[in-house]
Amino acid sequence: MALLQRMAFGILAPLIALVIAVVATSLVIIAAGSDSGVGDFWSVLLTKPENRIMVNIVDQTVMIYLSAVAAAIGFRMGLFNIGVEGQYGLASYAAATFAGAALLPGVLNVVATLVVAVVVGAAWAGIAGLLRVTRGVSEVIATIMLNAIAAILIGYLLDKYGLHGGNQVRTRELPASSQLSGWYPFTHPDGPVWTLGLLAVLVGVGFWLLLNKTRFGFDLRATGTSPSAAVASGIDVKRMVLVSMLLSGGVAGLIWMPAYFGAAHSYGTTFQAGLGFTGIAVALLGRNQPVGMFFGALLFAFLSTQSTSLTFATDISPSVVLITQGVAVLAVVIAYELVRRYRVRLEQRSVASTTAPTSQEVPA
Amino acid sequence: MAVATDLAPEVELSGIGKRFPGVIANHDVDLTIRPGTVHALVGENGAGKSTLMKILYGVQKPDDGTIGIDGSPRSFRSPTDAIAVGIGMVFQHFMLADNLTALENAVLGAEKLHGIGERARSEFVAISERYGFGLDPDVLVEELGVADRQRLEILKVLFRGAKVIILDEPTAVLVPQEVDALFENLRDLRAHGHSVLFISHKLDEVLAIADDITVMRRGTTVGSAVPGEVTKRQLAEMMVGSELPSPQTSESTVTDVVQLALRDVTLADAAGRHLLEGVSLEIHRGEVLGIAGVEGNGQAELVETIMGMRSATSGQIVLGSEDVTSWGTRAVREAGVGYIPEDRHRHGLLLDAPLWENRILGHQTRPPSVRRGWINRAGARRDTQRIVGEYDVRTPGIDTTARALSGGNQQKLIVGREMSGDPVLLIASHPTRGVDVGAQAAIWGHIEDARRRGLAVLLISADLDELIGLSDRIEVILRGRLVGTFDPARVTPQELGTAMTGGDD
Repeated sequence: MALLQRMAFGILAPLIALVIAVVATSLVIIAAGSDSGVGDFWSVLLTKPENRIMVNIVDQTVMIYLSAVAAAIGFRMGLFNIGVEGQYGLASYAAATFAGAALLPGVLNVVATLVVAVVVGAAWAGIAGLLRVTRGVSEVIATIMLNAIAAILIGYLLDKYGLHGGNQVRTRELPASSQLSGWYPFTHPDGPVWTLGLLAVLVGVGFWLLLNKTRFGFDLRATGTSPSAAVASGIDVKRMVLVSMLLSGGVAGLIWMPAYFGAAHSYGTTFQAGLGFTGIAVALLGRNQPVGMFFGALLFAFLSTQSTSLTFATDISPSVVLITQGVAVLAVVIAYELVRRYRVRLEQRSVASTTAPTSQEVPA
Repeated sequence: MAVATDLAPEVELSGIGKRFPGVIANHDVDLTIRPGTVHALVGENGAGKSTLMKILYGVQKPDDGTIGIDGSPRSFRSPTDAIAVGIGMVFQHFMLADNLTALENAVLGAEKLHGIGERARSEFVAISERYGFGLDPDVLVEELGVADRQRLEILKVLFRGAKVIILDEPTAVLVPQEVDALFENLRDLRAHGHSVLFISHKLDEVLAIADDITVMRRGTTVGSAVPGEVTKRQLAEMMVGSELPSPQTSESTVTDVVQLALRDVTLADAAGRHLLEGVSLEIHRGEVLGIAGVEGNGQAELVETIMGMRSATSGQIVLGSEDVTSWGTRAVREAGVGYIPEDRHRHGLLLDAPLWENRILGHQTRPPSVRRGWINRAGARRDTQRIVGEYDVRTPGIDTTARALSGGNQQKLIVGREMSGDPVLLIASHPTRGVDVGAQAAIWGHIEDARRRGLAVLLISADLDELIGLSDRIEVILRGRLVGTFDPARVTPQELGTAMTGGDD
């Protein structure tokens, strides 16, 4: 019963947010006055996705989820790692360069490359962590600036060491022995669900275990909810800041790896940018909870992938779903707070009823 | 100001009720303040005094009942409405701008009344002289002591034309001598026709100053009394509704084993100012060492230095036989130091976490909550259940969040937690602040028991009765230095008060 109630509360807020997002999107479409109406928009979005798109949704969910976990590790401890974007960008470039060099054979190359991605992502986030711990620089500022620096650095390195072909530049191609395509649920042209999608499962389970079952996770959550109580309880907050930045960056390093080994095979125009910011939004939407973020990632992946069909069927821009996503995130923050207050009130009432004072004789 | 009425407005509250989610803060409250009197409102923490005041001052709207001022019913939407009919309030925590002068503070927000120039100044000086406040309008507030700040707060209220002045526990921040001075001011106010609503739970003071007394308990007024016809004990029993607890140390259990020793500990802030200077003390096993002092004289810094939350600039801290001067908080806690922090919400609890997770806080490295880096959920839950039982924490269950509990029950949980795992030293900062009488007696009992079993206790408290009742020895702290040692069996609150203020005045 208690469990059911908790689940109901958990679902309530996102549900409210989703409804608000749908209403807001509809209003925008009406206000914009396109030839095809709101009905067309939703009927396109809500038809069963083509096989190709379904595969695509799964693959996108994986990457968005990894990005959300990366952001959530910081959020849970009150650190705003806005730099997931730069961390996974730089890590992806470094990993692709390393893998393309084919220093190791086959699967070993895959494993070593993942390690490189994690280390580079962690190191880049660690710079912000170090600045925060030693110089008191806000991690928000540091990570945002590191995003810009990462973009410039990648551009420079790619230009200097990459393979130039036509007007494109990319890293050396991943050897065939290290390519991992994945599982084809439909026909071959519909594409594979990438092998390294498993990373999302592993990272999700690991995140849950870390957070709920380990002392480190307890310290992390304690620091996030009350830094002052954390200090008084003996937590070394500086160390926690550094370690969680490294963890956050490490997970960020993995974000693009499924796509790299599954389809891209080199870092270049195939690189999918922007996932770092999507992850932040999804972490908010899923309240930094392992399961919540999965549904958030699925929703975002569904909206952005399915909306590509709008181009063919209607004159509505697929970008409209950005409004849906944005409003959902804003609304969910408010909805969570409302639900939280309601729960607190319920709980106080239950406390009051079990500990009600016994009536006493009152002396005059 | 030429006010038409020389009669202060009479305040009449009847049938006031106020409910918060899950809590009935006030019900059936009746209170009548006669003009030109000091009316004391007494009751334990949590009896509903603060809520009632906020209702009278327009901060909160009552759910039931009526407020009558000067015979006519009023309803306040905000404090502005209350001020307009001549009600003023001085909060326990002062609301002054440190970087402005006394005059500027008085004028701030009331510029329309007397302007900001000479007229305001002469009004300020007039009030200060009329009631013997002796306040210099041009002094910076940051240079004022606590007692002067309080007078300035009262002056601010008078500056706005208040006839009824609400004082929320005005003596809590004062030493005994300052209390006497405040009472002189209150008598002057009364002589000039003002009414004062004096909120307190210190009965000696109430009996000394009040003309009428109203007692609150569990959200309602349970009776009224007139000083001279009622004894302190009778009043206390009305407040408590049952037998009155008082801290009482039985025979000494002090051993000659030193558990904690501080040698010449000095702590300086970034600017080089000394927050603690040359502090040396020893606490033996089975001994309670009380630290008396006006708040802000280094008590918090002393505790944080011992706990490893700050590191001493010089000097040595020895726990048992180990030099812990440079240890971090976790190491200090693992060595068996229990810590009841001054501010339980900020330092003692994760308010939105369930009780059993709060059991883990501060004990993250020790059984039964944790095993080799993994949270032992079953162990933590079992031990939380034990604490809830042994320490009488009133809660529907251990999955309830800490926020939902009352202050007393939160504190009992903390005391139970910090007594777990056989501590060798307990640092208790204001262990019974803001808790109800029942919890207070229980907490005192637990400290007594632990002391008998050989625990060394460092007790910091602003409640002199608590200090005198529980301590084996009392040290007075003033401006970061220990300035005197007293035997609680012989010392009087007056003597302590003198030492706490430096002794000259």
